[in-house]
Amino acid sequence: MPLRLERRPQPSTAMVYAAPLIAVGATVIVALVIFAAAGHAPLDALVMFVTGPVQDRYGVGEWLLKATPLILIAVGLTVGFRAGVWNVGAEGQLILGVIASGWLALKFGPGGSPLLLPAMIVAGGLAGAAWAAIPALLRTRFNANEILVSLMFNYVAQLWLSWLVFGMWRDPAGFNFPQSEPLAPAALYPIILEDTRLNIGLWIALAAVLAGWVLLSRSYIGFQLKVTGLSDAAARYAGFSTRRAVWLGMLAGGLTAGIAGVGEIAGPLGQIFPTASPGYGYAAIIVAFLGRLHPIGIVFSGLLLSLLYLSGDTAQMSLGLPSSITGLFQGMMLFFLLAADVLIFYRIRRRPAAAPAAAPVASATIAEAAP
Amino acid sequence: MNGLLPILIATLVAGTPLVYAALGELVTERSGVLNLGVEGMMLVGAIAAFAVAYHTGSVPLAVLAGAAAGIGMALLFGLLAISFKANQVAAGLALAIFGGGLSSYLGKSYVGMALVIPQSQLSAAAADIPVLGALLGPLHPLVWLSWLVFAAIAWFLYRSRAGLVLRAVGESPSAAHAIGYPVIRIRYAATAFGGAMAGIAGAYVSVIYTALWTEGLVAGRGWIAVALVVFATWRPERCILGAYLFGGVTTAQLFAQGAGVAVPSELMSALPYLATVLVLVLISRDETLIRLNLPASLGKPFDAEG
Repeated sequence: MPLRLERRPQPSTAMVYAAPLIAVGATVIVALVIFAAAGHAPLDALVMFVTGPVQDRYGVGEWLLKATPLILIAVGLTVGFRAGVWNVGAEGQLILGVIASGWLALKFGPGGSPLLLPAMIVAGGLAGAAWAAIPALLRTRFNANEILVSLMFNYVAQLWLSWLVFGMWRDPAGFNFPQSEPLAPAALYPIILEDTRLNIGLWIALAAVLAGWVLLSRSYIGFQLKVTGLSDAAARYAGFSTRRAVWLGMLAGGLTAGIAGVGEIAGPLGQIFPTASPGYGYAAIIVAFLGRLHPIGIVFSGLLLSLLYLSGDTAQMSLGLPSSITGLFQGMMLFFLLAADVLIFYRIRRRPAAAPAAAPVASATIAEAAP
Repeated sequence: MNGLLPILIATLVAGTPLVYAALGELVTERSGVLNLGVEGMMLVGAIAAFAVAYHTGSVPLAVLAGAAAGIGMALLFGLLAISFKANQVAAGLALAIFGGGLSSYLGKSYVGMALVIPQSQLSAAAADIPVLGALLGPLHPLVWLSWLVFAAIAWFLYRSRAGLVLRAVGESPSAAHAIGYPVIRIRYAATAFGGAMAGIAGAYVSVIYTALWTEGLVAGRGWIAVALVVFATWRPERCILGAYLFGGVTTAQLFAQGAGVAVPSELMSALPYLATVLVLVLISRDETLIRLNLPASLGKPFDAEG
């Protein structure tokens, strides 16, 4: 191999910001290849893919609408990710938000109380946080890996929601389809842009961005989380509690995911289906990383991934490609991002022809001697 | 005995994908590489095998395709986690998400299609063996093969020189490097082996076990396999027992539903996931046990330049 990686004397700040752009660029190149392989003029197809969904006011509304849960969840997950706490259970925590707020909406919706919506938001957020508290407890109390536990509970939450919607919540007038009756108007988010489905969920997400920014960048807790993420040992030496970081990280993600779940049934869905989310909980992980674990960056990456969701439908209707191309591009983008991130700490150098890769014995021992 | 035989067979059938996937991940982790993307590798292996079986009708070819797809995915992971020294947890998650997207993209035109796989001639021949035939006959040769693979891995890890080198790389890559072993190449090989096994596991699920394709067919088995490796404290013999334990949980659920036990089917379906959490908690609470058995360099990238 003629190229090799050489450690930079200092991590490159420029590459921190360039890596997401490189990742997007690489994904675009793959997209062009896929379009060409499907028999389209690649550039025209790309333009169609990106601008097709946002041609009109309704399209822009949909774009912001789908960005809302992604941004909201990603901000919450970032609190944990910064501290090295891996909550991959946002999908299940979102579903718990659906279950808790859905129960309120079905029970008290007909009453039409103005307190119903706030109660749904609180209940959904708390239910999501409670679901996230299980892996947090098992991690802090029994040292059980939070990635595996939070992921297992995604499947459990999904089965729980299916059980409800196929059973006691099924609409008797719904022709036996697995869906609840439509939620009462009092249980729906008000629309904020006429002729679209865009609702107040957007304000909730933006409030979360602001709160996340204050917490992470302007507070002592944010500093503690960052230190914990960079070095567990340093954090312990400084007296910062890893245990608290786990709790804080998990609960923040659960809270925002739960509220995002409320936003789905009180917003675009308007009733409860067995499938509450097209994988927002997983996509939000990508949004968080692509946004460089920063609330402002997350706004941009959230908009990008939400556009990708809409473009999947465009691809199906106009380009004859399956809409699951969205998931393919999402995964690819995270892959390319992690690959590009190597350039933060390393630079690519041509391997000098004269210096063979042999003689590792001496150099390695020296390297080991000098920590 | 006759009443227990169907349960035993169903347990072996349900546990086999976990045997393959978990043993593969075990070998990968023994080299110090934590690949959380087993679910993604299984999914891509599953759709590759399904497509090949659908078009050729050949199970061996399908299994090979699954293994090859798994290796391809594992090498992508290796590029990130081994060559580019990316965070292995993040790279594994990326592999899982990417595999989910890729498999549903590739599998779009196969959704809802079923395979008609005739009974394997080998199994038919084995059914005539006295006593053992009743057990071996109903099982696909891939199940028997998993026992051979288990024996080979156990021998490799504990009885062969190459296995010792692999474990050394997992315990102390810098020491292994200093003696002159190619740490990076060994880790790539172990990762690719894990990918092949996950691909075979996926092929088994899509071609033998369900014989039909739906999105997300693997349904968390890849994650359960990762958990099994922890549960097994990185030992192959405990790994295979754990896999059959989970096969048993799945089977109990099916038999209970068949017997009309008045428990919601969703609750029964949740049992394997809840059991995974339970065994993780039981094994992880003993921190010394984990620390004694965990490959010391697990999850840490190796850099020869230090």
